[in-house]
Amino acid sequence: MITRALQGVLSNGWRLAAAMISLAVLMPVLVILWSMFSPAPEVWEHLSEHLLLELLSNTFWLVLATAIGTLVLGVSLAWLTAVCEFPGRKIFSWALMLPLAVPAYVTAFVIVGLFDFTGPLQSWMRASGFDWRPPEVRSFGGVTLVMVLAFYPYVYLISRNAFATQGKRALEAAQSLGYSPRAGFFKVALPMARPWIVGGVMLVIMETLADFGTVAVFNYDTFTTGIYKAWFAMFSLPAASQLASILIIFVFIIVVLEQQARARMRYTVVGKTSGEQERIKLRGGKAWAATGFAGLVLLLGFVIPLVQLLIWASEVWADDFDARYFEFLTHSLTLAALGAVLVAAAAVILAVANRYHSDVSTRIMVRVATLGYALPGPVLAVGAFIPIVWLDARLRDGLTIFGYDGGMILQGTMVTMLIALCVRFMAVGFSPVDGNLQRITRSVDESARSLGVNGVQLLRRVHLPILRGGLFTAMTLVFVDVMKEMPITLMTRPFGWDTLAVRVFEMTSEGEWERAALPAVAIVIAGLIPIILMNRHAER
Amino acid sequence: MQNVDYMLELKGISQRYGNTVVVKEMSLSLPRGSIGCLLGPSGCGKTTALRCIAGFEQVQAGEIVLDGRSVAKPGLHVAAEQRRIGMVFQDYALFPHLNAAQNVGFGLTGSRADNARRVAEMLELVGLSDYAKLYPHELSGGQQQRIALARALAPRPKLLLMDEPFSNLDVALRERLCGDVRDILKHEGATAILVTHDQDEAFMIADVIGVMNEGRIQQWDKAYNLYHLPANRFVADFIGEGVFLPGTVLDDQRVEIEIGVIEGEFDAPCACGCAVDVLLRPDDIIHDDESPLKAIVREKAFRGAQILYTLQLPSGAEMLSLVPSHHNHAIGEPIGIRLASDHIITFRAADAASGACCDA
Repeated sequence: MITRALQGVLSNGWRLAAAMISLAVLMPVLVILWSMFSPAPEVWEHLSEHLLLELLSNTFWLVLATAIGTLVLGVSLAWLTAVCEFPGRKIFSWALMLPLAVPAYVTAFVIVGLFDFTGPLQSWMRASGFDWRPPEVRSFGGVTLVMVLAFYPYVYLISRNAFATQGKRALEAAQSLGYSPRAGFFKVALPMARPWIVGGVMLVIMETLADFGTVAVFNYDTFTTGIYKAWFAMFSLPAASQLASILIIFVFIIVVLEQQARARMRYTVVGKTSGEQERIKLRGGKAWAATGFAGLVLLLGFVIPLVQLLIWASEVWADDFDARYFEFLTHSLTLAALGAVLVAAAAVILAVANRYHSDVSTRIMVRVATLGYALPGPVLAVGAFIPIVWLDARLRDGLTIFGYDGGMILQGTMVTMLIALCVRFMAVGFSPVDGNLQRITRSVDESARSLGVNGVQLLRRVHLPILRGGLFTAMTLVFVDVMKEMPITLMTRPFGWDTLAVRVFEMTSEGEWERAALPAVAIVIAGLIPIILMNRHAER
Repeated sequence: MQNVDYMLELKGISQRYGNTVVVKEMSLSLPRGSIGCLLGPSGCGKTTALRCIAGFEQVQAGEIVLDGRSVAKPGLHVAAEQRRIGMVFQDYALFPHLNAAQNVGFGLTGSRADNARRVAEMLELVGLSDYAKLYPHELSGGQQQRIALARALAPRPKLLLMDEPFSNLDVALRERLCGDVRDILKHEGATAILVTHDQDEAFMIADVIGVMNEGRIQQWDKAYNLYHLPANRFVADFIGEGVFLPGTVLDDQRVEIEIGVIEGEFDAPCACGCAVDVLLRPDDIIHDDESPLKAIVREKAFRGAQILYTLQLPSGAEMLSLVPSHHNHAIGEPIGIRLASDHIITFRAADAASGACCDA
C-alpha cells in the first residue's frame, strides 16, 4: 500500500515536472505573441516605413526559391540513389548527406570568400589573364544556392527512404499496367512519396526561416537578421519582438503543414522490401550524367567548402591557434555539454510522463514542449530575454529590502542562453529517449513486478539501463547542435563570452574569411559526429 | 474422502471492463505441484483470468486464495510484486539490457553466492549454461522462451503463470519445448497454469484443463474426459474433431442413429423416443470394405499415417472417419463403414420435441 501511494506521488511528480518544462517552452512564445497584441504605434510606424516590406519580400522569395531548389535537388538525387544504378551510386548514397555536417553559415562564408574580388578564384583569373568576372556572389542567386546546397539533404534523406521502400515496386506495378518507367515515376512513385517529400520541404522551410548566419554573411536581410539589427543596432527590444511575432506566425503555418504531412506518412502504407531490390540500370551517357550531377552537388556542398576551409585554416594556424582560440573552444564545449545534460534530463522527464500518463493533457504538454525545434533562434532569444529582464527587476526589488544594491542578477549569466537553447533543441533530445522508452513494453514492467521489483527500483534496474543508448544519442545530437548554433548564442551570451560560432560570426562580418576558418573547422568536425552515428545506425 | 492440498483456488471471480464482463464467476482448484491449463478461443477471457491471478488486474467479485491465504477479494488486493507468482509472458519480456544469466537472476534476493548458484542451476535445467553471457537479441526464440521460464522459476514462486508461452514458436519446436517445459516444471515441483488456444499444447503439458468460453469455465477436467466425456456441446465441439448426428433414444442404454444403434452408459434425457444429437468422433467410424453400410467420400485430408475422410450418408448428413493411410479412396467413391463406438455422448437436440414413447 505504501509503495502504491509513493508510486502515485511519483507519477504525479513526473507530470508536474513535464508541465513545468512545457511551460518553459511556451513562455517565450507567449511573450512574443503578447507583444503582437500590444503594438507600440511608433515602433510599427518605423518598422513599416523602413524595414517591413523589404524583410517580407526578401524572406518570401528566399523561402520559395530554397524550397523549389531543395525539392528538385533532393528528390532527383533520392530517386537516383534509391532506385537507379550508376557509377559511384553506393558512395553517393551516403556521401550526399555529408553537407548536413557543415552549418549553412560556414558554406556561405567559404563560397562568398571564394568568389570574392580578393578571393582565390578571381585572383587566379586576373593572374592568368582571363577577362571574365563571375556573377556577383553576394546576391539573391548566391544566397539561394548556398541555402539549397546546405538544406537539400533534408528532402534527400526523407524521400530516399520513401523511394527505397516503395519506389521500385510501384514502378513495376505501373509498368505491368503499361506505363513507361518515366511515366511511372510521375504518375505513381512521386505521388506516393508526396507526404515524405512535403515533410522534407517543410523542414527546409523551417530551417530557412530560422537561418541567421547565412543571410548575415550575404547581407541579405530577412526577419532573423532584422530582429538582430533591431535589438543590437537600433537598441529597440520592442521592435525586435514585433518582428519576431510576425515570423512566429509564418512558423506556425509551416508547423501545421508539416504535422499534416507527418500524419499522412503514418497512414500511407509503405511496402516492406525484402533485401536488395533490382535497380534500374542507367546506361552510357545517362549513367555518367547521373554521376556527374551527384558529384557536382557533393563537390559544391561539401568538398570545396571543406578543402577551402582547411587551406585557410592552415594559413592562419600560426597566428590564430592561440590561447584565445582555446577560450572559444572551451566556451563552446562547456555550453554544448551543459545544454546536452539539461535537455537529456528534461527529455527523460517528458518521456516518462508520456509513458505513465496516456491522457490528453500529458500528450499536449509533451507536444508543446517539443515544438521549439520550429522556432527560429532570434525569436527564442528575444522571447527568453524579455521575461528574464522582468524577473531580474522583481528579484532586485525583493532583495533591496535586505539591503541589496547590486546590479543585474540573471542578466549577464548563462541562464537566458541555456533556456533558449534547451527550448530550441528539446525535440532533438526527446525523440531518441522517447523512442527507447516506447520499446519497454507493458509486459517488461509486469515481468519485473512479478519478480518482486517495483517503483524506484523498477526505474533504476530496468528503465534507466534500457534508456542509456537513447540518452547517449540524445546528448550527442544536442551537443553538436548547440555547438553549431549561432543566433541564440550570439544574442544572449554573457558579455565577452565568445564561442566558436560567435567568433565565426564576428570574423565573417568583417570579411575576414580566412580567420573564420579555424573556428569553423572545429564546428564541422563536431558536425560529422551525428552523420557517423546515423550511418552506424543504418548499417545495423 | 481425502483432503487435497490446493495451491490455488478461485472462488467465483468476476472481472468486467466497462459494460463487458470478461470473466464470469470463475471457480477452480489446482492441487499443489500440478499443471493446469486454461484453454479456449481468443477473447474467451483466459488471459484476463491469468492477469487477475497474477495481480495485474483487480477482481471485482469473488476471491483468489493462494497457498491457503486470500490474495484478492473485494476490498483486498495484494500487489503483484508481493504475491510470489512467477509469470512467463507471450513476448517473453526479457530485459534487453541484461544478459541471459542476469535476466535469470533478476528476481533473486539472496546472497551473491546463493544467487549465482541458483542462476547456474536454472540455466543448466533449461539447457542453456553455455549461453549465460548472451543478450536476448542474440538468442533464438526457443532459447528466449526457456530463459523467460528460468527467470520466472528462479525465485521459487508459489505459482507459475504462462501466457500463450509457445505461440511465437514454430510447430516442431513447440512440440519439443512442451515436453521440456513439463519436465522442468515437474523437476522443480512447481505449480503452474498456462493459457493457450491450442489443445495439442494443453494435452501435452497439463494435468488438468479448463475449457473456457465467454468468460466461463465450461469444464475443468483431465484431457481424456474432455475428449470422451464433454460436459456440454461447446466442449464437445471445441475439443477434438467430430460431428453431431441426429438420433433417437431407445432406452437408457441405447441410441439409434442413421447408421445403427450405439450401446453404452449415458445420461438419457427421457425414457425413450426423444430426439438427441449424438457426438461421433472420427475414431468412432471404422472403414470396413466388407460392411454393407456405405457412405460416399466427399473430402479427404491426408495426414501421413492416416487419412481423414469426410463422408456423406444417404440422408445427406456428413461425418468424419479416420482411416489408415493405405486405404486410399477417390472423392465420390462409396466406401464401407462400421460403427465402433463404445460410449454415447448425446445432447438434447436443438428442436427437441418430447418424443412419443416407443412401443416396447
